[in-house]
Amino acid sequence: MNLQSNDFEIFGLSPAFALDERWKDLQRQAHPDRHASADAATQRQAMQWSVRINEAYQRLKDPVKRAAYLCELNGAPIQAENNTAMPADFLMQQMEWREALEEATGADELERMADDVAEARRQRLAQLQRSADEQRDFAAVAQQVRALMFVERFARDIENRLEQLGQ
Amino acid sequence: MALLQISEPGQSLDPHQRRVAVGIDLGTTHSLVASVRHGVAECLPDEQGRVILPSVVRYLDPAQGGSGRQIGFDALAAQVSDPANTISSVKRLMGRRREQVGDVDKLSYNVVDEQGMAQVKTVAGLKTPMEVSAEILATLRFRAEDTFNDDLYGAVITVPAYFDDAQRQATKDAAQLAGINVLRLINEPTAAAIAYGLDNGAEGVYAIYDLGGGTFDISILRLTRGVFEVMATGGDSALGGDDYDQALAAWVLAQQGLSEAADAGERAALHKEARRVKEALSSADSAVFQAQVAGHSIEQAVTVADFEACTAALTTRTMSAVRKALRDAGVAKDEVQGVVMVGGSTRMPVVRRAVGEFFGRDPLVNLNPDEVVALGAAIQANALAGNSRDGDLLLLDVIPLSLGIETMGGLVERIVPRNTAIPTALAQDFTTYQDGQTALALHVVQGERDLVADCRSLARFTLRGIPPMAAGAARIRVTFTIDADGLLSVSAKEQVSGVESKIDVKPAYGLSDDQIAQMLQDGFATAQQDMQARALVEARVDADRLLVATRSALAADGDLLSANERQQIDALMQELQSTAGGNDAAAIEAASTALAKGTEGFAAQRMNRGIQQALAGKNIQDV
Repeated sequence: MNLQSNDFEIFGLSPAFALDERWKDLQRQAHPDRHASADAATQRQAMQWSVRINEAYQRLKDPVKRAAYLCELNGAPIQAENNTAMPADFLMQQMEWREALEEATGADELERMADDVAEARRQRLAQLQRSADEQRDFAAVAQQVRALMFVERFARDIENRLEQLGQ
Repeated sequence: MALLQISEPGQSLDPHQRRVAVGIDLGTTHSLVASVRHGVAECLPDEQGRVILPSVVRYLDPAQGGSGRQIGFDALAAQVSDPANTISSVKRLMGRRREQVGDVDKLSYNVVDEQGMAQVKTVAGLKTPMEVSAEILATLRFRAEDTFNDDLYGAVITVPAYFDDAQRQATKDAAQLAGINVLRLINEPTAAAIAYGLDNGAEGVYAIYDLGGGTFDISILRLTRGVFEVMATGGDSALGGDDYDQALAAWVLAQQGLSEAADAGERAALHKEARRVKEALSSADSAVFQAQVAGHSIEQAVTVADFEACTAALTTRTMSAVRKALRDAGVAKDEVQGVVMVGGSTRMPVVRRAVGEFFGRDPLVNLNPDEVVALGAAIQANALAGNSRDGDLLLLDVIPLSLGIETMGGLVERIVPRNTAIPTALAQDFTTYQDGQTALALHVVQGERDLVADCRSLARFTLRGIPPMAAGAARIRVTFTIDADGLLSVSAKEQVSGVESKIDVKPAYGLSDDQIAQMLQDGFATAQQDMQARALVEARVDADRLLVATRSALAADGDLLSANERQQIDALMQELQSTAGGNDAAAIEAASTALAKGTEGFAAQRMNRGIQQALAGKNIQDV
């Protein structure tokens, strides 16, 4: 690296605008359609690579999944199914949300709730980024990921209710 | 054939390098086949110049001596006179059981459940939807092979984006029955996007609104530098133009104070009239519905407003699927740069208006909505067959419906969420419920609902031989693999002992490999007649080609011949011409061979002249 290096090289990143671009470049090489007239062994290889690239892409593009993956790489797996212990205030807030959702009737009310939950998710993601990149405290990150999973499930439930109303 | 063929400079293709690859749009009401010729995708016409093949198959009564069937326009013509044996809209039955087919009682033919799938009871016996579809596919295959005078290398077949695994598998089975090598199944809206995007050099986010005869699809795609990325897809695999016809027919009956048609023939006639009126209303403000019901002739004036009112619920259903797809894609409707209309049903002004109002822009209708899907499939087929040298086209598609496993209490554990990019493999760990449990039953389902009962059951299989352990100690990893066709296979492995089990998800009501083999064999038994018919068609096509070539050679270089030689060739041509009008394939071939032989000397003289002229500094094109 030297003073003439470009921005990406200085930051040690591949020169692509976003994850999307890199994903597409990789699939351009690997996708089975690119090898449709090749021999069976090549086709199998293409399939395996293409699957692997899609797996990585799905995980990296979603901030919560990316965080969970980071935790796992750093020896603090999420274990969402065994570890459901959450702070009391978080559980209180969840219960309040659930009650509010049950009582909500109109689409306006639901939309407002969806906005609130989206804001809570945004704040938690910012906090998660600090824990992961600045403090490198992966036990704390794992806890935050579990909380975000609750928040996201709740957001989906609101979405489902909105869908039912729309039909 | 002895006449030498000279192709235009720069356009000659080595026939051994070029593979015949086609795109097939296997539609509810009609089907098409297209191929890339001279770098341009075009739909292939039948002998009478028609590109559309009605997706209708009529089975003839074997007792009447006919072991055959009619396919396409001939079958369509018999729909009212022989409704019970004339199968239209068979696509609605693909991969379905009887009760899963919407409005099954309103069909003019008899659908029963046999071997766990919907089948049609005809005068020639039970027919599976795959067999019926195979007749349509085989007809298109022959059309392509006749056009190129070569065997088909493979085909890309389109399916509605919203087709589930069972429906996709059924489509692939049908292709296999028709002897077609499936290069890829691709989604109809994606195919349309390819045809549209490549035609217009489009970049950005596009919505494809595809309302066909029996299915509705909405896809949101991002187009960048030749990559077609499907962001989200949705729709309804049982909603299409047919439903608009049914709604109109029902409305007319209600206006007349009638409850329903008396029999299947009347129903078919009502449906046909409803379609005619619907189509008339695309260009007129009103039309008159005329039909015979229970002995009365009815006449009902229908205005555009009437039609819009009685079909409003259907249009609304499509728009709520559009909203859901936009949410899934995470795209606001003003980010959409264009809305491409696909499918014959988007010719209805009511539909165009609803879509235009929702997106706040006029939908794009500059490609023929009937042909655009087949054209896109042809472009993809050409690329997959290795014919295309521009390597920029890449499709990144998604699965339309979530896939999961049944867990305790009849709940669904989602393993692959909808709109995940394919090919993909996703795994999830499960464990045992009881101490000493040595087997685990897995039930694979597809759908968005939380209860198994509300989802589509795809397959059941059992992992056996798990060593006895305490409840919850086993680690069973279930992996879902979805290939580039969108087809699923599932494997399960106990992590501690390494015990493994795997299944290619062939739905319980699908065809087993044995059944396919049997059907292919049965097909050969009745294929004798087909082969004769085919030989005749081929002989005629060859004869035609030879006559055209000879005529143009005579026009260019006839002066090389003596009067006597000319007379002989004329006589041979006349002989071939008259033989080709008959039904004897062998005689036509013999006459073709005679003409070819008789023109050998003439061909040699022409070639000499061409070379001499070239030596004198003239190009063959200038001659």
